[in-house]
Amino acid sequence: MDIFLQQILNGLVLGSVYALVALGYTMVYGILGLINFAHGEVVMIGALSALGVMGMAAGVSLPGPVIVLLATLVAMLVCMTLGFVIERVAYRPLRNAPRLAPLITAIGVSIVLQVVGMLASHREYLSFPPLVPHTRHQVAGATITDVQVLIIAVSAAMMAGLFLMVHYTRLGRAMRATAENRAVAGLMGVNVNRIISATFVIGSAMGAVAGVLVSANYSIAHYTMGFMLGLKAFTAAVLGGIGNLGGAMVGGLLLGLIESLGAGYIGTLTDLCRYDWLLAASGEIAQRCSNNSALPLFGSNYQDVFAFLVLVLVLIFRPTGLVGERVAERA
Amino acid sequence: MNTGNLSGALKGIAYALAAGALLGVAACGKKEEAVKIGHAGPLTGAISHLGKDNENGVRMALDEANAAGIEIGGKKVTFSVQSEDDEATPEKGTVVAQKLVDAKVVGVIGHLNSGTTIPASKLYSDAGIPQISPSATNVKYTQQGFKTAFRVMANDAQQGKVLGEYAVNKLGAKKIAIIDDKSAYGAGLADEFEKAAKGAGGEIITREYTDTTKVDFAAILTKIKGLKPDLIFYGGMDSQSGPMMKQIKNLGIAAKFLSGDGGQTLKFIELAGDAAEGAYCSSPGVPLDQMPGGKDFASRYKAKFNTDIQLYAPYAYDATRVMLEAMKKAGSTDPAKYLPELAKIQFQGVTGNISFDEKGDLKGGGITLYQVKDGKWQFLETVGG
Repeated sequence: MDIFLQQILNGLVLGSVYALVALGYTMVYGILGLINFAHGEVVMIGALSALGVMGMAAGVSLPGPVIVLLATLVAMLVCMTLGFVIERVAYRPLRNAPRLAPLITAIGVSIVLQVVGMLASHREYLSFPPLVPHTRHQVAGATITDVQVLIIAVSAAMMAGLFLMVHYTRLGRAMRATAENRAVAGLMGVNVNRIISATFVIGSAMGAVAGVLVSANYSIAHYTMGFMLGLKAFTAAVLGGIGNLGGAMVGGLLLGLIESLGAGYIGTLTDLCRYDWLLAASGEIAQRCSNNSALPLFGSNYQDVFAFLVLVLVLIFRPTGLVGERVAERA
Repeated sequence: MNTGNLSGALKGIAYALAAGALLGVAACGKKEEAVKIGHAGPLTGAISHLGKDNENGVRMALDEANAAGIEIGGKKVTFSVQSEDDEATPEKGTVVAQKLVDAKVVGVIGHLNSGTTIPASKLYSDAGIPQISPSATNVKYTQQGFKTAFRVMANDAQQGKVLGEYAVNKLGAKKIAIIDDKSAYGAGLADEFEKAAKGAGGEIITREYTDTTKVDFAAILTKIKGLKPDLIFYGGMDSQSGPMMKQIKNLGIAAKFLSGDGGQTLKFIELAGDAAEGAYCSSPGVPLDQMPGGKDFASRYKAKFNTDIQLYAPYAYDATRVMLEAMKKAGSTDPAKYLPELAKIQFQGVTGNISFDEKGDLKGGGITLYQVKDGKWQFLETVGG
């Protein structure tokens, strides 16, 4: 039971990060109908710049958490600027172009950022300095570290903050209006360009925080880290229903849990030696089970396959994602 | 002249001037020959620090030979290195191998990974170019029947066997969990480990998998925790084993941790931090300070490159010197002429005695075990060798 609880906790930690990054994808998609494939790299740049600041602050006699906080703020500023520039340079000139064009520039931006990260980090794995305690806590037999608690708490707080902002502020209302219909929102006095820039800036800031949290948890940052993280977060956004904030959160947490439980239990569940009827039916399997302690059909090597299989199934049976609604095709 | 070195325009001009001056002198003396040696390894990506380390080893050997005015067959020869980035991927490995063949290098030091070395070895074999890998340890490399394939390091069968027996006999592990990164190196080493551990009476309670890009191992480690192993073995590189070690400690798993030479690096300790304490790793060959010429090599390396040796640089250095020695013996830099000399060479390198068996494997390569104590790799013992 404690192992099961531990897997749930692992999944929640992983899922919180996916959800935080997924929000960046889903916000942009909701407003522009564009998949910002560079978002994963923005997360990476956030992590690298935070680690860079921490490296520079190594000699400063400030308490560890203060340095981390400062580094996070710098990373957020860097990423906010980056998000703003990416939108201005790569997407705004193509806003009325065919939909494939900005998709290609998105991939281009992603590659450019990866190379920038590679040059800035000298291609090395950067390690997160021991500024935050990795103190372990016992929860009903499962362990969770301070950093992991922080990941869940910060992610939840940021998601709640975003949700409140979108639904209860002037900016949020303007964002929703822009998402609904850009032209009409413009006619109603909404400065559409500013709203779109704001969306990119907010999403990038959240991405920067996600980057710092991920690198703190694994104590490692690398210029390739954004690619798979971005892909998974995008999957999470689609799983929940892309364009829907709640969907990104649900999708992220769900994907984290699926991966964690999948990798943890698929080997045990498909272990041929577990099933007595199978042993009775086939002498060869019984023979091989007596030589090996386990004979799993699938192992943790199918971890990613499992996550994407769930995505395929969801898309077959609910193409709009789990909580997404079919919105009327935009003009 | 120095076609291999394009690192900076200024440097290039300086070299050109120097070469011009040398040519002026050489023109009235003996004939001079310029010869290219190829190096291939990952110069970008997760383990680029190890690729650069190997390249430095090759450069050092060639620069020393050039400085000493090496003569082969009565002719003065200037060696240069053409270093190619194989990105540690098999596809890129064959591309750069073809590039080196086309550039008519007379020999290749590389590649670093087994996954790149094996597919590349066919191209070198077809072109008749001798290849010495400083660090590829997968057994398949020398079992393909290629006359041109050599290595200066004990292979995975030798290393995995030592590790498996060490885990059971010396570390007293009865229940063992194995994780590998599905690469030719990681999976190959894990297979040999599994065989040897079983043979020594250990029980393999599970085999789990990750890949060379992952940093989250919580799910598989939690599963392993539930199985209460005495020891966790990882077949793979430091970029995974560092974070993995940290997560093992965070999850409160009491098992011992054992890995191969891919984890026996400074980066492993840096990435795992305090959690590295007590981890065991092996490394083929003997430790730097126990190598016949280790201390001297380390200080020369530091003086030349202003950085510490990461891992395989002494092997890349020795591989290069063995190749040059064979050329000297044959009196020729022609691959077809010096290859027979290479196969029967007896050479005292900084890593130890180097000679090859009929397959091209290093004869009597030792395996050394290390443990992290007080944030440093401490020598435990050398098995074989």
